[in-house]
Amino acid sequence: MPRADLADLVERGAQVMTVCNACRYCEQYCPVFPAMERRTSFAKADLAYLANLCHNCGECLYACQYAPPHEFGINVPLTLAEIRVRSYEEYCWPRALGGFFRRQGVRTAFLLAGAFAVVMWLLASIAGRARLWPTDRSADFYAVIPHAVMVAAFGSVFVFSLIAIGTGLVRFWRDVNHNGRGASGPADGVRPFVRRARPFGRAFHDALTLRHLQPGSVDCVSSEEDRSLWRRWFHHFTLYGFLLCFASTVVAAIYHTVFGWLAPYSYSSLPVILGALGGGGLILGPAGLFLLRRERDPALGGGILKGLDESFIALLFLTAVTGLALLFLRHQSGMGVVLVIHLAFVLALFVTLPYGKFVHSLYRLLALLIDAREERSTSR
Amino acid sequence: MTIPDTCDVAVLGGGNAALSAALTARLAGRHVIVIESAPREFRGGNSRHTRNLRCMHDSPTDVLTDRYSEDEFFSDLLRVNGGETDEALARLVIRRSAKCAEWMKRFGVRFQSALRGTMHLARTNAFFLGGGKAVMNSYYAAAARLGIEVVYDTMVEGLDVIDGLCHGVRLRMGAMQPVLRPKTVVIATGGFESNLEWLKQAWGDAADNFIVRGTPYNTGVPLKLMLDAGAQPVGDPRACHAIAVDARAPRFDGGIVTRLDCIPLGIVVNERGERFADEGEDVWPKRYASWGMLIAGQPNQTAFCIVDAKASGRFMPSVFPPVAANTIRSLATTLSLPPDRLDATVSAFNDAVRPGTFDLDSLDNCRTEGLPVNKSHWAQRIETPPFWGYPLKPGITFTYLGLRVNEHANVLASSGEPMRNVFAAGEVMAGNILRKGYLAGIGMTIGTVFGRIAGESASHAAR
Repeated sequence: MPRADLADLVERGAQVMTVCNACRYCEQYCPVFPAMERRTSFAKADLAYLANLCHNCGECLYACQYAPPHEFGINVPLTLAEIRVRSYEEYCWPRALGGFFRRQGVRTAFLLAGAFAVVMWLLASIAGRARLWPTDRSADFYAVIPHAVMVAAFGSVFVFSLIAIGTGLVRFWRDVNHNGRGASGPADGVRPFVRRARPFGRAFHDALTLRHLQPGSVDCVSSEEDRSLWRRWFHHFTLYGFLLCFASTVVAAIYHTVFGWLAPYSYSSLPVILGALGGGGLILGPAGLFLLRRERDPALGGGILKGLDESFIALLFLTAVTGLALLFLRHQSGMGVVLVIHLAFVLALFVTLPYGKFVHSLYRLLALLIDAREERSTSR
Repeated sequence: MTIPDTCDVAVLGGGNAALSAALTARLAGRHVIVIESAPREFRGGNSRHTRNLRCMHDSPTDVLTDRYSEDEFFSDLLRVNGGETDEALARLVIRRSAKCAEWMKRFGVRFQSALRGTMHLARTNAFFLGGGKAVMNSYYAAAARLGIEVVYDTMVEGLDVIDGLCHGVRLRMGAMQPVLRPKTVVIATGGFESNLEWLKQAWGDAADNFIVRGTPYNTGVPLKLMLDAGAQPVGDPRACHAIAVDARAPRFDGGIVTRLDCIPLGIVVNERGERFADEGEDVWPKRYASWGMLIAGQPNQTAFCIVDAKASGRFMPSVFPPVAANTIRSLATTLSLPPDRLDATVSAFNDAVRPGTFDLDSLDNCRTEGLPVNKSHWAQRIETPPFWGYPLKPGITFTYLGLRVNEHANVLASSGEPMRNVFAAGEVMAGNILRKGYLAGIGMTIGTVFGRIAGESASHAAR
């Protein structure tokens, strides 16, 4: 897909929003339209905000009297999807890596994981072959990759990813609140964060329930005639699976550093239970989303996100599959190989976090937070 | 695409009235075919551009606030149409409007919640979630589930009416010209506002300057066929629901976004730079529908709304940007108006403005005195740059000339006898109730109520 010029995207977005703002028939579908009504013109930052607020439920395309083939050709979900993907690139840090958003795909995911696997394999081999093919069935992961190496490699990648994502989010927040004409105005910076928790609560509630994939309390569309609850549910499996896996890692780190309890942990231990449940979610959720996105009406803009979606889906799915495989094969002699492959996928996932689909969750959460604050300040 | 030779109920048209009739007849067990002239993408006639329907109700509901009695609804109707109505049919529509929203919900139609939204009409009107096209999508999906046959891109070319009975519907589907022989026919094909030749018969060359807000498929062919076959007309061929739209709007199908709501905030002049009507006569929702006709009476059917910076942000934005200038004279030049004349008009207006307290939400005391045409409310001096100008044209929503019907939706012959198997619903018979002016949302009310009546009557007649 040829990359649209940023100025063209902004111009098109402003045209679409001008039509929407004069119509307003969709105003109770989702927060995008009320947020639009709080504005009279649509600069780059306003559009980035609206684009990240959009959950691509699709209702407004089918309800639109100006949708193609009407001469106005209004397609809000598609237009905002284009702007949304572009906004990830614009706000990303370092900017030079923004192009990676365009190169994401199943192939890059495999290439990256493959490269990490090869490197780890070589390093482990240099350190001695016995480590890769353990014979004692002790499930001693650190005999394959020493704990210090793991912590150093994953810790540095994780910290870098956090900084990169955090910088992007700060840029987005500043741009919308300062350059955009948000109703909250340029004067209030970070203080209301502390002063009032309610917008926070609402934003998290909306994000964690995916309320906006149920516009008007009805399941959202996958095409004009089809409604389904599965997109929301598979997303829930994915999100909560991810959070459970993260929790498992955190608990394991506490076991290790605070209590000195070393892996492997038993099947009935907290890290294993959390990880197994999370892994199940990360197999079911991404697999479901992968199938659903192929069924979805292409007019809703899925093509723009194909590479980003499929790369993230593949990495989550394979991280979970290899993780569960490791859990069940940890006492086998092939454990070392499975461990290397699992760690390679985890590393590939972490490395791509700031430059892939993962960022949608935090940009959208931030957009929901801005929306909750704007709504509060206008309804006062 | 093929079409059977016969059916119980042939519904001509594909908008709200048509689908209301079709769904009603199908639920009564009839074999129903809907014949829509538009392609699937543009199905739904003018209903795809609507946003609400007007409903009487005695107590608040989930989609309506407060109460709106039959008598209040009826007196609102009389006020806009100058008393020209068939009271029995009007009261029938009003009484049955109370059940419309609940009925529509059965087919998946969703409404906005009453306490939100920008329009402040939630007491009298129930707003569709997503607007009329979403309603039509729900109806068509329900029609498919229930087994109603729908054919798109199919024109009615002839109606074989003999002695008040319709024996056949001659169709054109691409190169094919099938003839359908239904037991009953429901005509729900709207007005003739998209038929420029017919409009010109009524309006002369002025019609060339009309903008048609809705579907280009409302050519009025079945209406003409029925009138030629001896059906009794109702309404004046020149009567229509027309509003002020931006002159830059597309010729057809511009819908809601081309309308301009700033008239009460400023003045309106014609091409000569002269005011010609009271811009502040009544609250905007009630005057909204009179400006199309007022502009149609001006030279070249053109007018210009002029406001100053005080109006900014006080009206719904339109899709076209205003022409802006820092002086009235330069605004006139950009709009191709005579600068001296416009300047004089604005000065005279400003001098005539009496002091008052501006309040757009009520009939305030800001008015002019001593002008040939005064502005009764919301008159404020036009003096704060930048000045904004919007070019205006009449935007036709639909025409009122239609088929006279009885309370069972039977089309009446010129003798006054009901045609036993021909029924009408929607804009094609709205003239029975409304022959001038307009009441927001009543078109959908008439369409839903008479669509259901036509569906019931046709089901009965098709037994």
